[in-house]
Amino acid sequence: MSDYRACREAYTTTLLTLAQEDPSIIVISSDARGSCSLNTFVETLPDQFVEIGIAEQNEIGVAAGLSVVGKNPFVCAPACFLTARSLEQLKVDVAYSHQNVKVLGVSGGVSYGVLGSSHHTLHDIATLRCIPDLTIILPSDAAQTEAVVRTIAHQKGAFFIRIGREKIPQVYTEELGVKPFTLGKANTLREGDSLTLVSCGELVYHTLEAAKLLSNEGIEARVLDMATLKPFDEEAIIKAAKETGALVTIEEHSINGGLGATVSQIVCTNHPVPVKTLAFPDEYLVTGNSLELFAHYGLDAKGIAASVTTFISQVSTL
Amino acid sequence: MTIQALKQQALEVRKTLLSMIYQAKTGHTGGALSSTDLITALYFEVMHIDPSNPKWEGRDYFILSKGHSVEGYLSALAKRGFFDESLLSTFCQYKSPLIGHPNNKIPGIEMNTGALGHGLSISVGMAIGLKKDKKPNRVFTLMGDGELAEGSVWEAAMAASHYKLDNLIAIVDRNHLQISGSTEDVMGLEPLRERWESFGWQVEEIDGNSMLEVVNALKAAPFKEHKPSLIIANTTKGKGVKEMEDIPSWHHGVPNQHLYEQAMLDFESMEKELQNV
Repeated sequence: MSDYRACREAYTTTLLTLAQEDPSIIVISSDARGSCSLNTFVETLPDQFVEIGIAEQNEIGVAAGLSVVGKNPFVCAPACFLTARSLEQLKVDVAYSHQNVKVLGVSGGVSYGVLGSSHHTLHDIATLRCIPDLTIILPSDAAQTEAVVRTIAHQKGAFFIRIGREKIPQVYTEELGVKPFTLGKANTLREGDSLTLVSCGELVYHTLEAAKLLSNEGIEARVLDMATLKPFDEEAIIKAAKETGALVTIEEHSINGGLGATVSQIVCTNHPVPVKTLAFPDEYLVTGNSLELFAHYGLDAKGIAASVTTFISQVSTL
Repeated sequence: MTIQALKQQALEVRKTLLSMIYQAKTGHTGGALSSTDLITALYFEVMHIDPSNPKWEGRDYFILSKGHSVEGYLSALAKRGFFDESLLSTFCQYKSPLIGHPNNKIPGIEMNTGALGHGLSISVGMAIGLKKDKKPNRVFTLMGDGELAEGSVWEAAMAASHYKLDNLIAIVDRNHLQISGSTEDVMGLEPLRERWESFGWQVEEIDGNSMLEVVNALKAAPFKEHKPSLIIANTTKGKGVKEMEDIPSWHHGVPNQHLYEQAMLDFESMEKELQNV
């Protein structure tokens, strides 16, 4: 398990290093120091930390106010609350008011799987993509998370970053040899011409594993990591549609309004080819942890590979 | 400015805001008129500001949390020199930068408000940031009384006293009316003073349409070291236009030509009375 790392630890460790060099960085949390792996940050830089208590609306408003007076605020709290309870503050105080606020949603998607739908975040891409000037990033592993923090730390603007909770396998290994993150650009993790698999967040790893299974069946899939959900790398999608003729999207999100919907819109508008979306259904989920839920809903490597095989056969008979 | 001159200035703001609403055929007349004396005192006497340099580092900050009262705010900013007063005639017109709520593309406006219950949190963040930098700038926030039903106000109220923000001065425009009627019928706010005191604020209650009381209270703030200050400004909704005073429908009523012309004549009579004092 030594190559498994938690994105939240990568995030806060990197942020601590940056904050030690830049006193304008202020971290704000809502009784979520433990959930966000912030204890070392608070112990090391107590003056650069603001505790708000369990009050996410106030949390985002306070961050916007800190930005007005020249601070560089980073909000860290569970994604399920930040993207629902304080959605209006995110929309009005941060994005619409053009403030410099970075919002980190931890334990997103189904990280809190067994805690039920109150704690799931399967709506954030759909909801937040409708807010102008808000950059949305879903890193796929710890190395990419670290690169994201370093990239955005000194950029002014409104950012939402969603990561998971558990330690997860590394996507960006030395062996892969790909630069983990460029803002607004898709990363090609694997070349192929049978079709393109497009994913983001924790499911990128499972998508890569699926691509290996498919290769054994003679299906060579291109794999794109679409870490930045907004602004969206439309060129990479159009190129994939033209060069591979079919796409499957895989995301830890509701089937409505997320990565699949975004890719479908781009493909339909620019170069229509078949697109299939793999995501969570529009219903309340069965009980399970992340890996159990991925497997149950066909979002683990085996499930993805099976859906792709069926899809390919359907496409080939068109 | 003398109290006399500030009263004169408030009349000018009232005339201008009513003209804006009359021309645009839209606006929040009642609350703009109830809060005019507060905004006039802040911008023409109390706050440290530099209209030629709206982002001056030494400025005091103002957040209009009751963003719908934007007409008086824009009038005061223009008359104070933040932008050309001629722009006011474009209020709510197609492609105008002046929309029906504050927008920080306009010089002098810090934040886009309009969704109620946001301003105090923003102000708490500003006050925390200023304290961290040991800066003397103050933060003023004007809230509506109906707005106080928003739960986020009380989240912010709790944080302000927790962080001992004595650089934060919040004002409640207590005109006792909201769009559906009396605040006490819609969602009772009383005992308002005690509620704020129990949240750790130092509270003063004034006549918010008495320029003397408004200026004295704002100049006396902060009222106590290590505590945020709250001014409950008892006002009259629609203040200055008798036909509108204390009538809920003037929350966003627009005067017809007859009432508008009559109100402007009344304002002029009030100005003459002031000059004769």
